[in-house]
Amino acid sequence: MAKKTKKTWDGYSLKPKREMPEGLWLKCPGCEHLIYKSSVRENLNVCPECNHHFRINAETRIKYFTDQDSFQEFLVDLKTSDPLKFKYKGTTYKKRLKESEKKTGATEAMRIGKTFVKGRPVILAVMDSTFFMGSMGAVVGEKFCVAVDKAIEESLPFVVFCCSGGARMHEGVVSLGQMAKTSAALAKFNDTGGLYIPVLTDPTTGGVTASFAMLGDVIISEPEALVGFAGPRTIRETIKIELPEGFQTAEFLLEHGFIDMIVHRKDLRSEIARLIDYCKK
Amino acid sequence: MAKERTKKNSMDESDYLDFEGKVAEIDKQMNELRRLSSAKGIDYSSEIRRLQREQTAELKKCYSNLTAWQTVQVARHQKRPLLGDYLELMVKDFRELHGDKCFGDDRAIITGLGNIGRERALIVGQSKGRNTKEKIACNFGCSKPEGYRKAISKMKLAAKFNIPVVTLIDTPGAYPGVGAEERGQAQAIAYNLTEMSHLPVPIVCIVIGEGGSGGALGIGVGDRLSMLEFSYYSVISPEGCAAILWSDGSQAETAAESLKLTSSDLCKLGLIDEVIPEPLGGAHRNIHDTVYNVEQYITKSLRELKRMKADDLIEKRYQKLRKIGSNFANGMNSRKKTGKNRIKSTNKPGRSKSNTRVTAKI
Repeated sequence: MAKKTKKTWDGYSLKPKREMPEGLWLKCPGCEHLIYKSSVRENLNVCPECNHHFRINAETRIKYFTDQDSFQEFLVDLKTSDPLKFKYKGTTYKKRLKESEKKTGATEAMRIGKTFVKGRPVILAVMDSTFFMGSMGAVVGEKFCVAVDKAIEESLPFVVFCCSGGARMHEGVVSLGQMAKTSAALAKFNDTGGLYIPVLTDPTTGGVTASFAMLGDVIISEPEALVGFAGPRTIRETIKIELPEGFQTAEFLLEHGFIDMIVHRKDLRSEIARLIDYCKK
Repeated sequence: MAKERTKKNSMDESDYLDFEGKVAEIDKQMNELRRLSSAKGIDYSSEIRRLQREQTAELKKCYSNLTAWQTVQVARHQKRPLLGDYLELMVKDFRELHGDKCFGDDRAIITGLGNIGRERALIVGQSKGRNTKEKIACNFGCSKPEGYRKAISKMKLAAKFNIPVVTLIDTPGAYPGVGAEERGQAQAIAYNLTEMSHLPVPIVCIVIGEGGSGGALGIGVGDRLSMLEFSYYSVISPEGCAAILWSDGSQAETAAESLKLTSSDLCKLGLIDEVIPEPLGGAHRNIHDTVYNVEQYITKSLRELKRMKADDLIEKRYQKLRKIGSNFANGMNSRKKTGKNRIKSTNKPGRSKSNTRVTAKI
């Protein structure tokens, strides 16, 4: 009954809305154009009008980046055991993990595996921003280190797609420790002479930026990705001034000398393949 | 000096924390009696002694089971010993080394050479400042990228001359500001983490007050990581966590409880090595004893660590870092794999041992 009363005439026809099924059109946050969803999807989830790079999940990223069906995943079932037994606001971390799993179909915020890019073998780690904002907890840290171990063992280049809100609060100091853990693994990898390429995508902030994202031999970023240590909201609240335009974007970091290059999503495969060829011993 | 060592820190009315109401009351009575006895010449000593006992009992009761939020308050206490106190009381012949030779000299991180007990050491510490002027100078303990770069450059100097490194951590967090981002706060911290993980000299890290997130970790990677009893170490400030997860900053108390940020909780989780005891009623009631405990811990740890060869030290540190959180990540396939890794890691030192044996034979 209540539903019926809601749909009473309020001066605007509801008809056009019904005729246009939801999810066919998309408003690009970059240029505010209305674009066809399918045209975005065909264009590697990049806006055909303004080159705005939409966020994509790990599944799609692997599909775009690797040679067809070449991804062999490691440690698929690695799960966190909720070290702090974290409870908040009437729910628990465990419950939220399960919900997130159901919603996204991912088991954690990172997937690792061996794959081929234009025929070149690489160890790949891909973060998934749809799962707990891609935050780094015990599992992400462990997977990362296992991937590094593999890369050392098989002396392969290591490529990581970073996209994360930072350390996972729900795991407390365990997740903070992952910053040290991943950085230590990379120090070892560096000593063995391996090539490490992190690719920063929208958004890369917090503990991930302050550990493995910034430790690359060559650091690549997608255009206009948000990359920073403290999030823009935190900064605005702390220092209480308006932030300059383009603050903490990939272009900002390039200008200040913290990344090597900005590469369009469609060119990532070829650029990384070329870098691997250049850095061969 | 000897007299000063036993002298307790005087407490003003504003120094008592919310949960210390009874203690404040007893102290007030004692002071009143002392004043009366000196003014009128009446002997109240037995009365004062009784109150003293009562106060001790009350403090013991208060401090034996502090909640996480109360611990945070003690860690942030305005009279808690700061880096300056440690440098003055613990380090002989301290010579500060300034500047990152690149951009500037961050006053939130102080670095310098000195002697602790009989050990020479590079001291890297975070400074918060006691009064407003000092606080502003060192940015309320929030380090900027140049601070982290200064720290690592001095550590490399220490490594060159085989001087062990001692870091004293006390920061609410790395500074979140426009300038800090422009100069690469994240890159500075990341670089420190990776470089400290394989620095060829012993590193002892101690949280003396606030261990705030990446800002603390930026100088907190080493062979030992320990905390003073009532300090805290957390991935995010309780206020920040409450604002994000509870969408209500006033829930900081609950958040602190959930974050498991006290020394005893972290010790139980196996994330820190040791809890350094504080005197009764917290470090701010007796600065000298606190500093003495920290000094004892540092000299003990350095003596242990100095015996190890640089390669073994680095390998052991790596294994320690590599293990963080591994026991909290498990799955069906992973068990096998981590098992394999474990075998690998135990093999490596074995191999090197056999190598040394061979060389010994030759």
